[in-house]
Amino acid sequence: MIPEIGLFALCLALFFAAVQGVVPLVGVGRNSASLMSLGRSAAQGQWLLIAIAFGCLTYAFVANDFSVAYVAEHSNSALPLAYRVAAVWGGHEGSLLLWALMLASWTLAVSLLSRALPEAMVARVMAVLGLVSFGFLLFIVTTSSPFERLLPAAADGRDLNPLLQDPGLVIHPPMLYMGYVGFSVAFAFAIAALLSGQLDAAWARWSRPWTTTAWVFLTLGVGLGSGWAYYTLGWGGWWFWDPVENASFMPWLVGTALVHSLAVTEKRGAFKNWTVLLAIGAFSLSLLGTFLVRSGVLTSVHAFASDPRRGIFILLFLAVVIGASLFLFAWRAPKVGLGGRFALISRETLLLVNNVLLVVAAGSVLLGTLYPLFIDALGLGKLSVGPPYFQTVFVPLMVPLLFLIGLGPSARWKEASVSDLKVRLGWAFGLALIAGVGLPFLFGNWSPMVALSLLLATWILAATVVDIRHRLKSAGRAPASFWGMHLAHVGIAVFVIGVTLVKGYESEKDVRMAPGDTVHVGGYSVRLIGVKEAMGPNYRAMVGEVELSEGGRVLRSLHPEKRNYFSSQMPMTEAAIDTGIFRDVYVSLGEPVGEADGSGAWSVRVHHKPFVDWIWAGCFLMALGGVLAVADRRYRLKGKSNNGNPS
Amino acid sequence: MKRFLIPLAIFLLLVAILGYALLNLDPREVPSPLIGKPAPAFDLPQLAQPEQKFSPASMRGRVWLLNVWASWCVSCREEHPVLVQFSRTGTVPLYGLNYKDARADGLRWLAQFGDPYIASAFDNDGRVGIDYGVYGVPETYVIDKAGVIRYKQIGPVTPEALEKKILPLVKELEKS
Repeated sequence: MIPEIGLFALCLALFFAAVQGVVPLVGVGRNSASLMSLGRSAAQGQWLLIAIAFGCLTYAFVANDFSVAYVAEHSNSALPLAYRVAAVWGGHEGSLLLWALMLASWTLAVSLLSRALPEAMVARVMAVLGLVSFGFLLFIVTTSSPFERLLPAAADGRDLNPLLQDPGLVIHPPMLYMGYVGFSVAFAFAIAALLSGQLDAAWARWSRPWTTTAWVFLTLGVGLGSGWAYYTLGWGGWWFWDPVENASFMPWLVGTALVHSLAVTEKRGAFKNWTVLLAIGAFSLSLLGTFLVRSGVLTSVHAFASDPRRGIFILLFLAVVIGASLFLFAWRAPKVGLGGRFALISRETLLLVNNVLLVVAAGSVLLGTLYPLFIDALGLGKLSVGPPYFQTVFVPLMVPLLFLIGLGPSARWKEASVSDLKVRLGWAFGLALIAGVGLPFLFGNWSPMVALSLLLATWILAATVVDIRHRLKSAGRAPASFWGMHLAHVGIAVFVIGVTLVKGYESEKDVRMAPGDTVHVGGYSVRLIGVKEAMGPNYRAMVGEVELSEGGRVLRSLHPEKRNYFSSQMPMTEAAIDTGIFRDVYVSLGEPVGEADGSGAWSVRVHHKPFVDWIWAGCFLMALGGVLAVADRRYRLKGKSNNGNPS
Repeated sequence: MKRFLIPLAIFLLLVAILGYALLNLDPREVPSPLIGKPAPAFDLPQLAQPEQKFSPASMRGRVWLLNVWASWCVSCREEHPVLVQFSRTGTVPLYGLNYKDARADGLRWLAQFGDPYIASAFDNDGRVGIDYGVYGVPETYVIDKAGVIRYKQIGPVTPEALEKKILPLVKELEKS
């Protein structure tokens, strides 16, 4: 009964979405306040209905209702409760429902927090969000209902993919989807502005906190996904340029460009068309990502079962939503004025270059992701694009971008003086040069890539200090958004340091270890004490007891595991990691190799990864910077124009 | 207005290609044009012993499997335990084609996860992979006694695929 209630709620939500998508626009046309305000009510009702549907599906998982096909495929009675709840979004149908719930939640938030905006603007935004939601709900109801019954019911479920049985699953997809879907708000504001023909600074200011919030979630989502891959895949990598990873990374790149471009539009009224195009682009890439992941046109780690009907539906949806938006853009954009003029050397120019670099980077990732498909479609054969392509293309684009991060905040709007910048930032660059050339010696061997990266990271940090000092000297204090921007930039520097040092100085050993054997990696000693069998709730594990010591002093014992899940017969490697600020020691169990001689030996892999956690610390700082920027009080002062805070 | 139509034009082109790819190409199901054709010849150094070579010609008269793998390939990790377990049964010779990999990485990978292969050919520049129409790693080919490709598994070899498709086919081919 409960699943039927869920399906019914979903169908009702579809109806509410249709109302939300059409009625407010009619209201704008007729200038009727009551019709316009219906958008808000419909959005709130829709949220409630989708939440009910989501609750029903969660209930089916918690209660082990294996008469629901989706539950039977993705859960098992032996699965721990927390994973049964997370398994709700462990497959195609449920993750779409999560998508819809996130969209409804963003819409709900906009409907509640938009009292200060003109009613017609809110009505248009609600309508756009309603139409997007309508498309998604229609997709779920017609091709991907999670409430489909399985008759007769299965005796037990097939179990959740062991790779997904990890705390990462509980938190990573919701964060990522919050970010993905959050760009729909920026998109809705952009379309509403195009529809009204009023592309002004006010539009940018309304849209900015929403865009930054979505960006914060996406940053955390991508970062968490990378961290999850690091410790569950058992081989110490943190980014694989897999099509699905790329699908989340492209909206992040364009979203980052959008966050910066919105700043120019808000402060200087410039780049209006460009900003609108980026807002459309960020959301389009989110939709494209959904298409790539869900249609099965590309093969990837996240190999999802594919159904051609689903692919066709998403592609049509994509074509309608993005096609219509770009058409609207082509129609309205030519009438938009250019906004404030600016000189060749100015903060505007620097931000424009930042935007171009980020968009080109996103484009090159898109090209690399789709290239095999294009070549195949043109009948030119089949090929694969791997990390070598992405690294070759990506690094040269990031070098100038990182340099600009140091320069941008110190440059003035409208016109900046080169000599002024030289005087102000000269010592920062000098310091960076010394650090870049000198620091690699501290770590052992010197290489140009490490030196360049450390130079850029130090440059960002030093330039940030210069700008903060200058600001505090001249104004005494600074708004939250100023601190947010700098914190996010520091996050980038921290991220760059992490990536560089782990890539440049990591070391690892693969050895055959019998109990009592010791291996030395990166100044640490790792001794295998023994391997014991242990039972988990739904798996049997071989658990290694490993002693980590440094200079004869025992630090701690680590317990890497090799698990065999009963239901899927799939072995999983659970690495044991000793996390530290300056390094991780990462131990994973390979195969038992001592069966023949009875020595109980295992193949063991030990990594020493200097500064690897800085990668995620950097992501976290970027996100925290975003939170600070959103917390700026000027977004809460309604209707009051701000007075030129650089951010 | 014209230049503002550029984004729309690019997007429509993208949709056309994606639509074509969706409807006409299927990376998993479409049989390889090589099925029923002789397995392309090659003569590559072996991964573990570069001084020795491996060539499909040496397998004439036997039914065998060629598995394309790489240490950078994430799906291979999923497939690997299945292959390791399968190789212990000794049903059919299993050779590897180490595709676009660094030798050290490939060897380390095998040391870590176990080596199910009798030998792996080392296809560093991916040239042999192109001859075989490798789209995504992993892929597995069933090659008969006459050296003809009879089946291609795209994506990881699952216990089901092994049970339902590969093993019955191998048995049948071995009889002939």
